[in-house]
Amino acid sequence: MSPGRTARTVPTARPAEGGPLLAVRGLRVLIGGRHILHGVDLDVAAQGVTALLGRNGAGKTTTVRGVLGLVPRTGSVLLDGEETVGLATHTLVRRGIGYAPEDRGVFAGLTVAENLRLAERGDGEPDYALVHELFPELLTRARQAAGTLSGGQQQMVAIGRTLLNGNRLIIADEPTKGLAPKVVTEVTSVLERAAEAVPVLLVEQNLAMVRRLATHCAVLADGRTAHQGPAAALLGDPEATRRLLGVGRAPSPAIPPTTADDAAGAGRSDRTEADL
Amino acid sequence: MSTVTDTATRATAPGAGGSAVHRLLRRWPVGLFVLLFLLPYCALEVPVLLDGPVGSAGSLQLLATCLLFGALATGYDLLLGRTGLLSFGHALYFAAGSYATNTMMQEAGLPFGLSVVLGLVFGVVLAVLLGSVSLRVTGIGFSMVTLAFAQAGSIVVARDPGGFTGGEEGRAVAAGFLPSSLVGIDNTANLYWITLAFLGLTLAVVHLTTHSPTGRVWEGIKENERRVEVLGLRPYAYKLVAFTVAGGLAALGGIVHLLLTGGSTPHTTSSEFTLSLLVMVVLGGSGTRWGPMLGGILYTWADHRLGDVANSAAVADLPAVLRVPLSQPLFLLGALFVIVVNVLPGGLAALPGRIREARAARRGAGKDARDAPAPDAPAPPDADTDTDTDTKERHTP
Amino acid sequence: MDTVVLLTLTGLGLGALYFLVASGLSLIFGLMDVLNFAHGALLSVGAYATWWAASGHLPGAGSGGLGFVLAVLFGVVVGTLAAIVLELVVVRPLYTRPREQVLATVGVSLAVPALLSGIWGTDPLTFPGPEALKSTVGVLGASVPANRLVLIAAAVLVWAGLKLFLDRTRHGLVVRAGVEDRAMVTALGIDVRKAFTLVFAIGGAAAALGGALGGLYFGSVDPGQGTSLLIFAFVVVVTGGMGSVTGAAVASVVIGLVQQFANYYTTAGLGDLAVVVLLAALLLVRPRGLTGRLA
Repeated sequence: MSPGRTARTVPTARPAEGGPLLAVRGLRVLIGGRHILHGVDLDVAAQGVTALLGRNGAGKTTTVRGVLGLVPRTGSVLLDGEETVGLATHTLVRRGIGYAPEDRGVFAGLTVAENLRLAERGDGEPDYALVHELFPELLTRARQAAGTLSGGQQQMVAIGRTLLNGNRLIIADEPTKGLAPKVVTEVTSVLERAAEAVPVLLVEQNLAMVRRLATHCAVLADGRTAHQGPAAALLGDPEATRRLLGVGRAPSPAIPPTTADDAAGAGRSDRTEADL
Repeated sequence: MSTVTDTATRATAPGAGGSAVHRLLRRWPVGLFVLLFLLPYCALEVPVLLDGPVGSAGSLQLLATCLLFGALATGYDLLLGRTGLLSFGHALYFAAGSYATNTMMQEAGLPFGLSVVLGLVFGVVLAVLLGSVSLRVTGIGFSMVTLAFAQAGSIVVARDPGGFTGGEEGRAVAAGFLPSSLVGIDNTANLYWITLAFLGLTLAVVHLTTHSPTGRVWEGIKENERRVEVLGLRPYAYKLVAFTVAGGLAALGGIVHLLLTGGSTPHTTSSEFTLSLLVMVVLGGSGTRWGPMLGGILYTWADHRLGDVANSAAVADLPAVLRVPLSQPLFLLGALFVIVVNVLPGGLAALPGRIREARAARRGAGKDARDAPAPDAPAPPDADTDTDTDTKERHTP
Repeated sequence: MDTVVLLTLTGLGLGALYFLVASGLSLIFGLMDVLNFAHGALLSVGAYATWWAASGHLPGAGSGGLGFVLAVLFGVVVGTLAAIVLELVVVRPLYTRPREQVLATVGVSLAVPALLSGIWGTDPLTFPGPEALKSTVGVLGASVPANRLVLIAAAVLVWAGLKLFLDRTRHGLVVRAGVEDRAMVTALGIDVRKAFTLVFAIGGAAAALGGALGGLYFGSVDPGQGTSLLIFAFVVVVTGGMGSVTGAAVASVVIGLVQQFANYYTTAGLGDLAVVVLLAALLLVRPRGLTGRLA
């Protein structure tokens, strides 16, 4: 069944303009003999913020990791019309993707400067001016071990790394999770500014933030795409919001619940699956 | 002889599919066991496999050694393949059984039967004690601790405390300490039967324990220890049971080895000894019913026979580039092992399945693929339609 | 006093040998989660290659002076190449199956010593070396075999080199980051597999150097040497914490000294025993090793 659908929906040559920047079709992820994703379809718009929503365990983080090839996946992922399934993660990322993972992926034993330096790709001048302008703290704390930073500061490192290169797409997985309200506001405004230049795929539980930033949105449920469309249309419809997201009323812009997301996404790296 | 009957039964099976044949097929282990039992009475010559007639003392000694290691590998797989514990110290319990029994007989002067019982008890107690300590760490830490304990045992044996172990020479059992029915070339058949009984016991113990409620917990631990914890079970206790049972079987194997070789050797304490068990298990197929036994038998046989092949004239005439590697059984086995790990996950036990798959694929890939139910059938059809509708919605905004 | 100095320097020499094996082992495990059982084989390859070159088989190399330096260099190069081949041919194809990676190195650890004994026999071979290194040197009133000092100097140089590499180069940065979180390194656009080959090469070079200098230390080479050293290197790696070079250095010194002093002041063999028991005790008290990395 999946080959048929893939054949039907995958465009052979999509012009970059007008179409989505990233087109995910029939993405399936199988971990430990269990399907986590059953065929996710997702378009990331070429401008602005596309929000990926869904309840805990719906497969948001796995979708992101699947797109990046961090988990074994099948299906089709087109970046600017080019197929990326089959590419190694590092090759795909070098085509212009900045990724701030759910757990921030900061190297605790490395300094802030080293964390940023790792994101340099050697194929263009890294834009430290931008990163330090947005997050002056990263300059003053450059020689501090990243593990000693606060959660908010670590998130700045994670987002800073995505801004260092001239990326075509930024993927931020729950960037405000577990942060204090003041930091949430700061991160939100940085992403808002980043999105003026680079399209952003934002996984988020904080609907207030989604309301403020997102132009498009997709909703996952049980490892499938349950809805896609303009963000305003979904969030303006309380009935749809409740049905798809399980949110009864518009939430206060407080900290979202910090429950664990997908079982598959919780593992920070393949290291956790290794039993040796 | 045995192989002929075996293949005959198998050959008729898949086509016929009758219930009688089916029942017979399910009983083949019993038949094989009876055949193995009768081997000492067999005067058949098997030119390449064995040197002399099957029933000769030399052949029986080799066969018994093969069966012993088949059993040991099966017992070791209780840890590796059934519980997911990678122990690098299994040799310790094997050596403990051998040396303890040896010491009881020759130093304490205890009668043979009592010595065997005490040797086994010593091995089991050692497994409980060291297992309860080792299992406090998980993953590679566990492997390291078991390796360290085994190495400690190896050092102790090599130091020859009180002249009990004989140091690097090992310690032979002097005449008179063993029952006369277990000594001498004429009685090799008795030793062979004891080994066969040990193999039967090991297979039974492994089969029964893995099919018990405890065995199901082991399986859970192997797959995901945390999930077992979530169920409110304590993996530690279950792992300790596995470690103790495997240790006890190894100790008993050490005692059988003591009888079979007439002494204890320090080689059995080495980490290489454990590693060779590991190789046997993986070669044959870890976590399968017959794989470890098969691996143990084949490995041991190859280890013995390849050495003979190396000394044969045919090999001696080869140029050095070929002769040197061929003269080293361990090199060939090590290399074979690397290849098996790479190209045949699941070991030899997975081979028939692989061949069947390959054949089915050749018979008509498209048809079979469509007919066969997808093993990971992902979603009920209605759910799939849902997604399709969504896709359509999006494409016609 | 003489005895203490001699024991200390001999212990440090032994520790230096352990460090040369353990540093690579630790980096490989830290970065790749592969417990490289073939590391002892790499040491043996280096030792035999050096022996072969120093015995006059390699033009220009020999048992004395610059000729010996060339022989050691040859041994290191051969060990490095062997390690690279090991990573590319045996370990890399099993990238997604960590347990099988370890098993494959176990196979290599059995095959290589067997091959070495097939070629050169199982008996220990006398290791050639410069006369100067066979003599003793007076240190604080004690006459200490010069090869101990050479080993210590070599280990210090390797440690300093590794520190410089890890702290000052981009490849070193990638290795340190990979030890923490491999997947995230790839998600930043870095091909972490290149780092795998690199740490194998570095580990192979250090182990081969250990083999060459270990030949001086023991005065002979035999096929099983690498394997017996490997177990103590494991002790060092676990004690020092997987993936930590400095941890490995500290642990090497401690283990080497404990072993020497215990072997001398109690019955011989007890030091070896003490060390393995120390490993077990340490793992039980601190499963993450001295430096806190997960064991």
